[in-house]
Amino acid sequence: MLIGVLALQGAFIEHERTLARLGVATREVRQRKHLDGLDGLIIPGGESTTIGKLLDILEMTEPVRALGRAGLPIWGTCAGMILLASDVGRPQTVLGLLDIVVRRNAFGAQLDSFETALPVPALGPDPFRAVFIRAPLIERLGPGVTPLATLEDGTIVAAERDNILATSFHPELTGDPRFHEYFLAKVAAARATAPEREALPRP
Amino acid sequence: MQTIESGGTYTNGHSGDGTEKSTWATKKGLAQMLKGGVIMDVVTPDQAKLAEEAGAVAVMALERVPSDIRKEGGVARMSPPELVAAIKESVSIPVMAKARIGHFVEAQVLEALDIDYIDESEVLTPADDRYHIEKHAFKIPFVCGAKDLGEALRRIGEGAAMIRSKGEPGTGNIVEAVHHLREITDSIRRIQHAPREELMSIAKELGAPYEIVREVAAAGALPVVLFCAGGVATPADAALVMQLGAEGVFVGSGIFKSSDPFKTARAIVQATTNFRDAALIAEVSKGLGDPMKGIELSTIPAAGLMAQRGW
Repeated sequence: MLIGVLALQGAFIEHERTLARLGVATREVRQRKHLDGLDGLIIPGGESTTIGKLLDILEMTEPVRALGRAGLPIWGTCAGMILLASDVGRPQTVLGLLDIVVRRNAFGAQLDSFETALPVPALGPDPFRAVFIRAPLIERLGPGVTPLATLEDGTIVAAERDNILATSFHPELTGDPRFHEYFLAKVAAARATAPEREALPRP
Repeated sequence: MQTIESGGTYTNGHSGDGTEKSTWATKKGLAQMLKGGVIMDVVTPDQAKLAEEAGAVAVMALERVPSDIRKEGGVARMSPPELVAAIKESVSIPVMAKARIGHFVEAQVLEALDIDYIDESEVLTPADDRYHIEKHAFKIPFVCGAKDLGEALRRIGEGAAMIRSKGEPGTGNIVEAVHHLREITDSIRRIQHAPREELMSIAKELGAPYEIVREVAAAGALPVVLFCAGGVATPADAALVMQLGAEGVFVGSGIFKSSDPFKTARAIVQATTNFRDAALIAEVSKGLGDPMKGIELSTIPAAGLMAQRGW
């Protein structure tokens, strides 16, 4: 199993370290050619405008979008969630792989960044220590998109549909591997359906 | 052992329901999100928009870029609040601003403006000749400059959540940036391989907090993100400091003192991302026009060296 971590900018090393602790091989994806032969892709936290512009400049936006549409498991954290969204309410590059409306910097500036014990039923009874940094939130879920976690006030902060997973917080910062394991289970399930995998376009 | 990493220790935003604001993890975490990126000095909202459009991960809101401060002289202070606020309004990326070394009231004012990061910076005229700001007392995170590991660890001890090697600001000359970055990374390698009994003496030599020295020895890295600043003027400069171990780049005068700021900014962003791909760096370096002119260090009188400010 080989997981790509988009390494154009942001907290990609933190994802690589978490995956390494789980014994999973990773590859830093900085150019189109690095997309070849991946079993899954993580889009890390960072600045979504910067990552989006670099995806465009490096002609990677369409290839990543095509891989996602063909069933490659993709997980976006924070900036990664913004990039996966279909609508962010402002003109910037997004992949549109998950039918959600996202609001950027939804909680305010840095002074409103926070940590909390977040219940995530899909990960079991123990809450997940979630770090939100200038975080986006999900304003609306499209049909077929399942919420995975909500704050006490009902704000949706994690969601998935089929091969696409999005979290507005940073599981790569806290050392708790359960969200990475959850994503890896998606990757394993996608690998098990070999014919689909054969159909992935070569970038 | 209670370490700075364990969180909670420096938490000052507890709300009582398990949700905490402005924790060490969120302060340090924002710098982690900026890694691999370029933070650009801007003096107007239009420059801030250009920087964002070129792919900057954050902007530093200033009244004058370092090369103009150097040229015009006088006392350099925190930027006017209305300028900082106008720049914050103009972009969606994080906004940083500088406070004078030791000027904790300028820092309080910047915190009240609800920006994202404060740079306690030697580019401005120091306000205190003995003490830096006690940064743990603030909810807003700080970045500080350092010439060597001891200085970096003192700043982290005071609460800096991000370090940048100093270089010599406003010169467009990369030599000091390289020097300071190598000082920091060489010392990290030394303590990483030092036997444990040497660490207390090393802490004494460095003038650095022992607990943080131990943390660096165990991790082989600073406990916070390390950027490089002070002299970056070309895409190759940016890639050089990235290859030398910087996790990101501050560009001050190098962008808006070049003949084509947008192309230069975008090229430096690309070279910072793909810093090991020489063919790509060659490609993005074409047709940029003239970089900022730059200054040979030996022509600067000792009193004009900004990197020497701070203790």
